[in-house]
Amino acid sequence: MSKDNFLEVRGLKKYFDADRPSFFSREPRYVHAVDGIDFQLRHSEVIALVGESGCGKSTLALLLMGLEEPTEGAILFEGRDITHLNDNERKGLRRKIQMIFQDPYESLNPTQTIEEIINEPLVVHGIGNNKNERDERVKKAMEDSGLKPAEVYLQRFPHELSGGQRQRVVIAAALVLEPEILLADEPVSMLDVSIRAEIINLLAELRITRQIAVIFITHDLGSVGFFADRVAVMYLGRIVEIGTMLEVLEKPQHPYTKALISVIPVPNPRLRHERIILQGETPNPIDLPSGCRFHPRCPLAMATCKASDPPFITLSKTHQAACLLLVK
Amino acid sequence: MNRTRNLLKKIGWALFTILFVIILNFFLFRVLPGDPARAGIRDPRLKKEAIEMLRIRFGLDKPVINCFESLNPIELGSCTVNPLDTQFFIYIRNLLQGELGVSYHTNRPVTDILTERLWNTVLLIGAGQILSILIGVIFGVFAAWKARTTIDHAAVITSLFAWSLPTFWLGIILLFWGSSQGLPLAGKATPGASSLPLLQQWGDIIRHMFLPTLTYTIIYMAEYTLIMRSSLMDVLSEDYILTAKAKGLSTFQILKDHALKNAMLPLVTVIAINLGFTVAGAIQIEAVFSWPGLGGAIFEAVGRRDFPVLQGAFLLIAVAVIFANLIADLTYNYLDPRVQTE
Repeated sequence: MSKDNFLEVRGLKKYFDADRPSFFSREPRYVHAVDGIDFQLRHSEVIALVGESGCGKSTLALLLMGLEEPTEGAILFEGRDITHLNDNERKGLRRKIQMIFQDPYESLNPTQTIEEIINEPLVVHGIGNNKNERDERVKKAMEDSGLKPAEVYLQRFPHELSGGQRQRVVIAAALVLEPEILLADEPVSMLDVSIRAEIINLLAELRITRQIAVIFITHDLGSVGFFADRVAVMYLGRIVEIGTMLEVLEKPQHPYTKALISVIPVPNPRLRHERIILQGETPNPIDLPSGCRFHPRCPLAMATCKASDPPFITLSKTHQAACLLLVK
Repeated sequence: MNRTRNLLKKIGWALFTILFVIILNFFLFRVLPGDPARAGIRDPRLKKEAIEMLRIRFGLDKPVINCFESLNPIELGSCTVNPLDTQFFIYIRNLLQGELGVSYHTNRPVTDILTERLWNTVLLIGAGQILSILIGVIFGVFAAWKARTTIDHAAVITSLFAWSLPTFWLGIILLFWGSSQGLPLAGKATPGASSLPLLQQWGDIIRHMFLPTLTYTIIYMAEYTLIMRSSLMDVLSEDYILTAKAKGLSTFQILKDHALKNAMLPLVTVIAINLGFTVAGAIQIEAVFSWPGLGGAIFEAVGRRDFPVLQGAFLLIAVAVIFANLIADLTYNYLDPRVQTE
């Protein structure tokens, strides 16, 4: 197994049916949620997917989890095509790819105790020969997720915990299966600012102690800074720039990335820098703009941007961006 | 500790509500127009002395409460009357002894009439409820599971149609159909059936129950289907269902372990309240099929202005509904852990 194609996504597309503009129109219309995405994930690598809301980040996560069927394209895990699997094959895979959902207030069943929530995946997958063994695993997952001592939390219900504690429960329920990939869909956006750092630190720690690869989906570039290896910036269903964390944050090439980085809050008020405020709204993903899909909002747009879709330009071995300005 | 206190508080409120109903119930029938003593015996030749005798027999000669001779029309009386010698006090005293008064029409104790009728109603409505809950919940789960497919649309349209049918109309239509099938059309048993062996007696009762139960089930099943469907669809769109799917649970496991328990919550309330009204019986169904239940008794008593029977039946229904609500509250406690802390 080559190190480079642990998880590989090729030309992935997902279109949802949209309502027709009027009752009499014949043409079906689609929401282009994910519109041609390629990337690779390496072993125990953290990749951050960044983009505005509505750019298709969460749809991408659901596609990777097999919770939505892609319209086109392929997902490969350890060289095997996992795009279309039957329920049984999918179940085996679920052990290896686990997901943390955005809202810990919604993603826990209110009628289950914490123990039941974390134990359930073990029972479903038939892991552990007896109850003692499973209890040990549950406790380990809880303590690794920062719910210490585990006994205090076992018999509680989700509503008795704080948001941060709930998100730790969600993480523990994912960890208990000992996955190889953890998909985190905006895991901190619903939490108080003071708790966000704790959860991100926890994920960074897990990546070191358990060698888990993490796909970290966020709309907040500032929060990925200190633990992602690579950053991919998404705009309207596509990746517009991808590179190592330093490349993207220090030397952004795509005008959209530049705009995103320019508005990251800086703690020092004396350090003022120019902010690029994008004009207008994100275009409707049903009627995509012609040519480069960023051109209606791009401060540097040229006449050609309207006409042709920019190709991916390789800037370094790891750094690529899709912008006509970079074509030489 | 907290739980016991909560429980006691709820029981306390239920008792308080019953007390309120008792008082309201008493005055409600005292402000109604018409003289019950005259209404009971509709004979214009009745002599004044005879009417007075009837009034004494039913205790109507006494003031309603202290200072009030009668509430309809309001006639002030002497306030020096012993409060213990008023209709209200006597009513409360009898109630505490389990007496509900005497029927104006049949001269039998109301308690006897109600007990006899109550069991017939519980038999009929109980069977109807159990059937409609079972079938309705199964249909609802199926419709939600196959949401937005032909099965779902068919279930919703059928349910809405069934629920909108007037009960008495459906009953009459089924009566016509039943007569062509040779089913018994009225009452609870064939006259003379009590001399048959027990097994055949029950067979006879079940044959009599068939049509009213069918009517009841068709209409109430629809209600349960619709509630179950919408509640389950709500739950199925929750994030924790997606989480369960991501954990690797099969559709059946998700439905069984995660969705149903949460989706049952709204249904429990409806079931409990409906069970309370089981006692009231379905007045229309009992009237159409001449079923000797409580609903039928209310129907007849209204026509005869038999106030003691109505008063007793109303009290019984109120107590049953309050009790059913209390049980719903307590079941909620058990089903939804979030309720306990409130």
